[in-house]
Amino acid sequence: MSEGRSRAFYLLSAVFALYVLFLYGPTITILILSFQGPNGGMTFPMNGVSLHWFYNLWNGIGVPNVMDALVNSLELGLTVTILTVIISVMAGYAFRKKFRGSNALFFTAIASLILPSIVVSLGIALEFQIFNQSITGLGDSLVENYVDIENPTAWTNFLGWVGTTIQDNFSTLMGLFTSGLGAHLTWTLPFGLLIMFAVFNRFNPAYEEAARDLGATPWQTFRHVVLPMILPSLFGVALFGFTLSWDEIARSSQAVGAANTLPLTLRGLTTTVTTPVIYALGTVTTAVSFAVISTAFVGVLIVQARRRRHGSDAGKGTL
Amino acid sequence: MLEDKSRWTPYWQAAPLALVFFVFFLLPLAVTFVVSFWTYTGYSIEPAFVGDNYVTAFDKCFASLPDLCTTFRTYLSTLRFCLLVWLITLVLGFTIAYYLVFEIRSNTVRIVLALLTTIPFWTSNVIRMISWIPLLGRNGLVNQALMGAGIVSEPVDWLLYSPFAVTLSLVHINTVFMIVPILNSMLRIDRSLIEAAYDTGASPWQTIWNVIVPLSKTGIAIGSIFVVTVVMGDFISVGLMGGQQIASAGKVIETQITALQFPIAAANAIVLLAVVLMIVWVMLRLVDIRKEL
Repeated sequence: MSEGRSRAFYLLSAVFALYVLFLYGPTITILILSFQGPNGGMTFPMNGVSLHWFYNLWNGIGVPNVMDALVNSLELGLTVTILTVIISVMAGYAFRKKFRGSNALFFTAIASLILPSIVVSLGIALEFQIFNQSITGLGDSLVENYVDIENPTAWTNFLGWVGTTIQDNFSTLMGLFTSGLGAHLTWTLPFGLLIMFAVFNRFNPAYEEAARDLGATPWQTFRHVVLPMILPSLFGVALFGFTLSWDEIARSSQAVGAANTLPLTLRGLTTTVTTPVIYALGTVTTAVSFAVISTAFVGVLIVQARRRRHGSDAGKGTL
Repeated sequence: MLEDKSRWTPYWQAAPLALVFFVFFLLPLAVTFVVSFWTYTGYSIEPAFVGDNYVTAFDKCFASLPDLCTTFRTYLSTLRFCLLVWLITLVLGFTIAYYLVFEIRSNTVRIVLALLTTIPFWTSNVIRMISWIPLLGRNGLVNQALMGAGIVSEPVDWLLYSPFAVTLSLVHINTVFMIVPILNSMLRIDRSLIEAAYDTGASPWQTIWNVIVPLSKTGIAIGSIFVVTVVMGDFISVGLMGGQQIASAGKVIETQITALQFPIAAANAIVLLAVVLMIVWVMLRLVDIRKEL
């Protein structure tokens, strides 16, 4: 195996190169086409080069809610990222010990990863519809039983007031940050958990024991010993959390209520918009993804560089 | 005292995870199962215990055999996509993982190339589908090239909004799910086993088939489960790339939800779930995944 490169190497290199072209080619095509001139169409040739379609996009492309969808997706993505990191780290810690139900919890996470998203999405939608019907039903029955009755007391007045309030104000529990957030978490948490498994499988508990022996509380051990060591992996969890949420469509499809996320809006636009403005939106979306991916990688590199520079601070009297 | 307290630590640490999965995964599945026996009116779903939704889901399916009813045809078409995409992603994923592990010598180059194949996973699938339009459309690059070369005189129609486009897009999006687990399995293969195979006179193909494939079995199984379950439930690719003209098990459910026929959609979801679980179960019989996690 040590002689010069075999024929197989060159053949496989060609296959790999073609695969990479297949992988990136289409995306690069729409990146280029999004700079199409004002009179250009959805396909080549380029009819001049301009920022016309980005400008068009910025003005809302005459389609309502595109910018709202972008903001919705950003806010939801950030929330999902933070929750995914916190919940995954906590669960990763938990799984280092044996506890009752750990197997069931693990298989639930795997099931959540592989079961069809449309089923999960529909399930959440049905669950929330039942919540809604129950609350509306409760409001109706409270009004029926306690409003305009003989011999009202403070208590029946209160119940009647609750009923009227529900009737007047309640529409739905479904929303971006209730059912939508939950739907996204069922998708990001399994990835986060698997990453934490990989992290803690390689983690040497001797460091924690040393910290404990030196009198650190569990929180101090986590904050000053464990956290700095697992920080690069947390960038990984955050990367998965944000990008998976930012691009999520199948689980969001039935579960976000009236609000729309960016991928859902994009899917809708494919049937109604026939100008390169949709490519401009695609370019912006991809740019956000790439910004997040690079941030995660740069974060890891910075942590590693700091680590190399500082090395051990043992005996230097710093904390 | 301290011992007693730390005994409960894993429970509160796992609680948020368990809570999320309970409220947004297990309970919804249970609700779907229950609602699949309910009835519905125009604007609400009503508790009941009827089998009507399943009867609707399999409308005249058994009476009309051997002719296939719509539901059976839909599942057959979905399974066909599944098989095709699985085969292509498996061969492609295995080849690429093999190349990265056994043909690339520098570790840094291997990491960079592996990242190159995974980065698109972190970008939007919808955009990756839309990206095919300027290439495969009637006036797209492929048709321009074909006509320019004089191979065809009229634009080829079946490139976009067709079963071909659906397959292409599913392969495009899902090959990464094969590459990563197979790569992971192959990286653990002891190189001396390969040397030993060569030394005892095995040809490269024999080495691949008798040494590398069996040792990558776990990766292949994990990748296969992922690809198959994704394709079985897919309704986004089939919808977008099929021009909303091709049926799939997932798309049927989506259509019924849009028509507010929630209990029927729930019944179909339960059927789909059963089919997917059956496929996964068969795959798990073939390899023990837990052993290698």
